[in-house]
Formats: sequence, structure tokens, C-alpha cells
Amino acid sequence: MAARPLSPHLSVYKFKYTLLTSILNRLTGLVLSVGLLLLVYWLTALSRGMKAYQDALAVLSGGVAKVVFVGVLVAFCYHLFAGVRHLVWDTGHGMERAQAYRSSWALAGATAILALVLGYFLFCPQGAR
Amino acid sequence: MSLRTPLGRVLGAGPAREGVKHWWVQRLTSIALLPLGIWFAVSLIALPLGDYAVLIEWAKQSFNPLLLLAFALVATWHSKLGVQVIIEDYVHTDGVKTLAVILNLFIHIAIAAAVLHAVLKIAL
Repeated sequence: MAARPLSPHLSVYKFKYTLLTSILNRLTGLVLSVGLLLLVYWLTALSRGMKAYQDALAVLSGGVAKVVFVGVLVAFCYHLFAGVRHLVWDTGHGMERAQAYRSSWALAGATAILALVLGYFLFCPQGAR
Repeated sequence: MSLRTPLGRVLGAGPAREGVKHWWVQRLTSIALLPLGIWFAVSLIALPLGDYAVLIEWAKQSFNPLLLLAFALVATWHSKLGVQVIIEDYVHTDGVKTLAVILNLFIHIAIAAAVLHAVLKIAL
């Protein structure tokens, strides 16, 4: 095939905060795809009996796993709200520059709040357990 | 004025050869994942994740196996579509691109099979 420029031309745009929100939506989606592997690992261990589950739990409660969980948690919150934002855009609403800026900050705020709330209940030992 | 033939438009034959189906299914799965994802997150919070017996009982209970399957399989589908777009956008070498798209499909089919197997084994 002829060597011609192919989209997306990430490097030719002037950096804007709204550009970051779009890239982050892809990135968090990719992180959640990795999280899907964790879900499969967890479900499979659960299906293979008590002993297998205890072994998996030992792996899943390690330090590296904790970092991955935090990443997946934040990605979940971000992708949830960013996805809703995209669905609204798909109806043709909220695409004016000022609106997009406002919703991008709302996205950051909502993500932070939900991630803190979910994180508190997931990792706080005396939470809702 | 469009240069596309009426037949081409009806068949949805753009450069992707499959029209808007990919885009549309991506939206539909994302809408389905809103309630399913929130259900799963709330469940994880409410469950004692270290207690095997309680988890098994939960996973067998009433609609939980169905919801688990729905969440995991729709998420797998959505993930397949999303990763494919990323590959199509950023991998520019033709052969490598095709290979990566096929590999992506196979991996997600394997994930779906593993999810089905695990949930059915727990629930039945």
C-alpha cells in the first residue's frame, strides 16, 4: 500500500484538556480489557473449588495485584462516565466548545468521587463487609 | 452530493466493509453495561471476597448467575469491539493489522468460553 498519512494524527493537534479526555477513554477501556482477564481468573478459581480459590486469593491479594485493582477501579469509574458523555454526544447534544469543556471537568470530578467511594468500600477493612 | 451508489449505501459498504454495525453494537453494549457494571461493582463491595462459601452461595442464588453471565459476556463483546478499533487505528502495517485483529477476536472468544464454563460450573 502507498505510504500516505493515516488518521488519527495525534501529534498534529494543539494539546487541549478535552483531547486528553478522549485519549483517556481509550486508555481506560484498554485497562478494563486487562481487568476482564482478572475477572476470568477470579471466576475460574471460584468454579474450581475451595482450594483453588484460596490459592487465587493469595495471588490476588499481593502488592502488585493491589496496584492493578486500583488502576482497574479508576478506569472503571472514568470509562463509565466518559461512556455516558459519548452516548450524550451521539444524540447530538453537548458538542459546543464551552459545553465540552464543562462536561470534561464534570467527568474528572465524578470519576474522582466515585473512585474514592468505591475504593473506600473495597479496600477499607471495616467497610460494608 | 454523494458519489456512493445506492446499492453500496444500502449494503453499508464503506471502507470497513461492514457499515455502521460495529459502531452501533459498541453503543448498544455500552448501554447494557451501564446497569450491569453498576450491579457488579455494588455486588463486589457488598460481598466478603475472602469467604468462598458465601461467594458460591451468592453466585448460585436466583438471578445472579444470569446477571454474571450477562455482565461478563457483554463486557467481553464490548472489549472485543474496543480493542479492535484501537488496533485498526494504530497498527498501520497491513498484514500485522489483520493478524492482530484476528488474534484479538480469538482471545475474546477464549475469554467468553472461560466465563461460560466457570459460571455454569458454579451455578449448575
